[in-house]
Amino acid sequence: MTDALLKISGLTKAYPGVVANDNVSFEIQPGEVHALLGENGAGKSTLVKMIYGLVKPDSGQMHLHGAEFAPINPSFARQHGVAMVFQHFSLFDALTVAENIALGMENPPSQRDLAARIKEVSEEYGLPLEPFHQVGDLSAGERQRVEIIRCLLQNPKLLIMDEPTSVLTPQEVEILFTTLRQLSQEGTAILYISHKLEEIRSLCDHATILRLGKNVGECVPSETSARDMAEMMVGSTLHTPERKADKGGDVVLEIKDLSVASPNQFGTSLKNVQMSVRAGEILGIGGVAGNGQDELLAAISGEVPTNAETICVNGQSVGALGPNARRKLGILAAPEERLGHAAAPAMSLTENALLSGAIRKGLLSNGFISWSGAREFAADIIEKFDVRTPGTETAARALSGGNLQKFVIGREIMQNPDVLIVNQPTWGVDASAAADIRQALLDLAAGGAAVVVISQDLDELTEISDRFAALNEGRLSESREMAGLTVDQIGLMLGGAHDMEAAHAHA
Amino acid sequence: MLRLERRPSPSKVWSYITPLVAVVATMIAGGLLFYVLGKNPIEAIRTIFWDPLFGEFASYSRPQLLVKAGPLILIATGLALGFKAGIWNIGAEGQYIVGAICGAAVALAFYPMEAWFIFPLMIICGALGGMAWAMIPAFLKVRFGTNEILVSLMLVYVAEQLLAAMSLGLLKNPEGFGFPGSRNLQHYPSAFNAEVFAGTGMHWGVVAALIAVIMAYIMLGRHVLGFQIRLTGEAPRAAGFAGVNTARLVMICLGLSGALAGLAGMFEVAGPAGQVSIDFNVGYGFTAIIVAFLGRLNPLGILLAGLLMALTYIGGELAQLTLGLPSAAIQVFQGMLLFFLLAVDMLTNFRIRFGKKEAV
Repeated sequence: MTDALLKISGLTKAYPGVVANDNVSFEIQPGEVHALLGENGAGKSTLVKMIYGLVKPDSGQMHLHGAEFAPINPSFARQHGVAMVFQHFSLFDALTVAENIALGMENPPSQRDLAARIKEVSEEYGLPLEPFHQVGDLSAGERQRVEIIRCLLQNPKLLIMDEPTSVLTPQEVEILFTTLRQLSQEGTAILYISHKLEEIRSLCDHATILRLGKNVGECVPSETSARDMAEMMVGSTLHTPERKADKGGDVVLEIKDLSVASPNQFGTSLKNVQMSVRAGEILGIGGVAGNGQDELLAAISGEVPTNAETICVNGQSVGALGPNARRKLGILAAPEERLGHAAAPAMSLTENALLSGAIRKGLLSNGFISWSGAREFAADIIEKFDVRTPGTETAARALSGGNLQKFVIGREIMQNPDVLIVNQPTWGVDASAAADIRQALLDLAAGGAAVVVISQDLDELTEISDRFAALNEGRLSESREMAGLTVDQIGLMLGGAHDMEAAHAHA
Repeated sequence: MLRLERRPSPSKVWSYITPLVAVVATMIAGGLLFYVLGKNPIEAIRTIFWDPLFGEFASYSRPQLLVKAGPLILIATGLALGFKAGIWNIGAEGQYIVGAICGAAVALAFYPMEAWFIFPLMIICGALGGMAWAMIPAFLKVRFGTNEILVSLMLVYVAEQLLAAMSLGLLKNPEGFGFPGSRNLQHYPSAFNAEVFAGTGMHWGVVAALIAVIMAYIMLGRHVLGFQIRLTGEAPRAAGFAGVNTARLVMICLGLSGALAGLAGMFEVAGPAGQVSIDFNVGYGFTAIIVAFLGRLNPLGILLAGLLMALTYIGGELAQLTLGLPSAAIQVFQGMLLFFLLAVDMLTNFRIRFGKKEAV
């Protein structure tokens, strides 16, 4: 008998070919904010899935309140006070907030009672939410609130949060942290998974670090430097991406008055976007997902053609050209969604190398494919970008997220683009792979390419971009020199355009 | 408890085994069906699968195998290209009819002239006719976003009416004593689709089917168009990223499958059928859908599946004759084949796990 809320001892789970969790043990005290740290593939997801009853451990035990706890499914876990907010929301765009929440309940009350409860809980925890708004109209931050409130309605004793801040603005992160601290004061323990070490340092009481499925250490985050924690995760010394100062190139990519309607019902249309990027320069575009990032990438890659004159590369109007014509001119892109957009899940890496590399790598002659050339190109990417895979004939979906991302980014960089636009280049990628990808982007720019990096990770943008602009509701702010911008200024840029918009509407 | 677990990569082995499993399952379920109908199941299965090739009347039924498999393979190969890209041409039957009408119309227009160019011209017009019929759903889909499944299917019924009108009107044999139906092209040497090797059943349509299989195989494996087709079916957004022009692909896939179905119709009307008549079409266009899936949308697989399907046709007729099995039972049997195939299909992407749900 202990006074720990959840005690995990010797938890082991093996999948064919890989031990996801190897004899992992730790404890979570009531009211504690406990961080779970680790690279991608370190076994964090498997571990929380075992706690939440989605995966059954091969061996080892869990004790909840001192009693044995063997959740057979999530509903069992929820009944015992364990709730989880996933990284990917499971919400229906076309339903209201209250309807979405009712869907996840065993015995939902009437919509009116539920709406009242939602209101009550959302106000209590400082997470304003309108029960009858349609989810499709909500921002990512608001959607996350729906998920959190869905959990809070069950009065959880342990709340598991998987990468909750990846979709939030700095201001929204502050609101979330206030809520989490309040919960923790009321005695709810929080198991917090994140890559962002600074956040963990400010929020968490305790951290458990996993590497290759093993518990490799624990620390008190507020007393440990982010660098030390990162090195514990990776098990080796980290190198910080280096950048060179020289940025005096000509303008390569110029966008004038780009307005594109989103092809998607719940997408965001681009409105009068202006930007110019010089050779050797990285333009970082920040903003919360769903503010036109996908649309901007599609407009530059050529998936959604526009007026010829709106997009110019090296003085040539390219707006009306399709993706392959633009590739010929050196304009390459790496979309955010790795599986299904940047890569075809069931196809091999060779086929996926061909997917965007056919033109520039000369893999076609009279329309016939040179498979040996494609295989060679795939093998080059795998080698140069340290993609861990059994071989070039492995299906893309069999790779871990980080490895596939290295492949996708490597595929574009190795085609020597003049212009490269990437969306979320290190999303869900472990710390060392992320550092490699950032370094590769910096090297590409140093080689004279114009690079546009769209990301929600402000630390990443601060680290690699020369100039910064914010995308909000399809509008792009003026770009400013990255050096010298404070987090507060960035936060204002991210939210500022939006406020001006509202003021216009009322004027 | 049975559970399904997604495989990390689709299983190569299972993608080859599933058609065999489906055939065996169909034999078992079909045998049960025949048993309930009061027939000896072993005898019925033997009559369908064995007798056409090696039984008493095999010398008659063996050539029939190629005659029936030819159009099935030709149509299914075209359909498979579209199906792979997620473009669903369900109206091959209509394209087959229109191809036949166009091919026959060319022949009848030149009758009784004898010239070397008539047959090649019929081939071209048959293909163009089928293609034109398939371009209707293609155009409507690209221009107005209509559903090609519905449009192509409904055009089958339009084509059937057109066929009836032709055999009763424009193409009716003037020396036919008022009976519906055109002149018999089998008696018109310049237009007759004769057997390449006498007694084998191998007419020019079978040759065309083999060529189509080989071309499709090369295209899917080695040509960028085949890659674009596979990519579009696999991940439409990735196809957009790869620069695939979806509208163009819809046109190409529907056009090609229509042309091949039209060819099949033309070879049929100029050969085994001989004339345009009201009951000219016998459902090859629909059966070819089963053939395409049974063959895993793979041209070589379709070659085998077409032969197997032709066998069930011939064996089914034989079973009707000798055992008195109703023709509907044979159709159910063919339907079961597709049903089991689709059911067993998930084994390529999933594996079955046996395991008890542990007690609470």
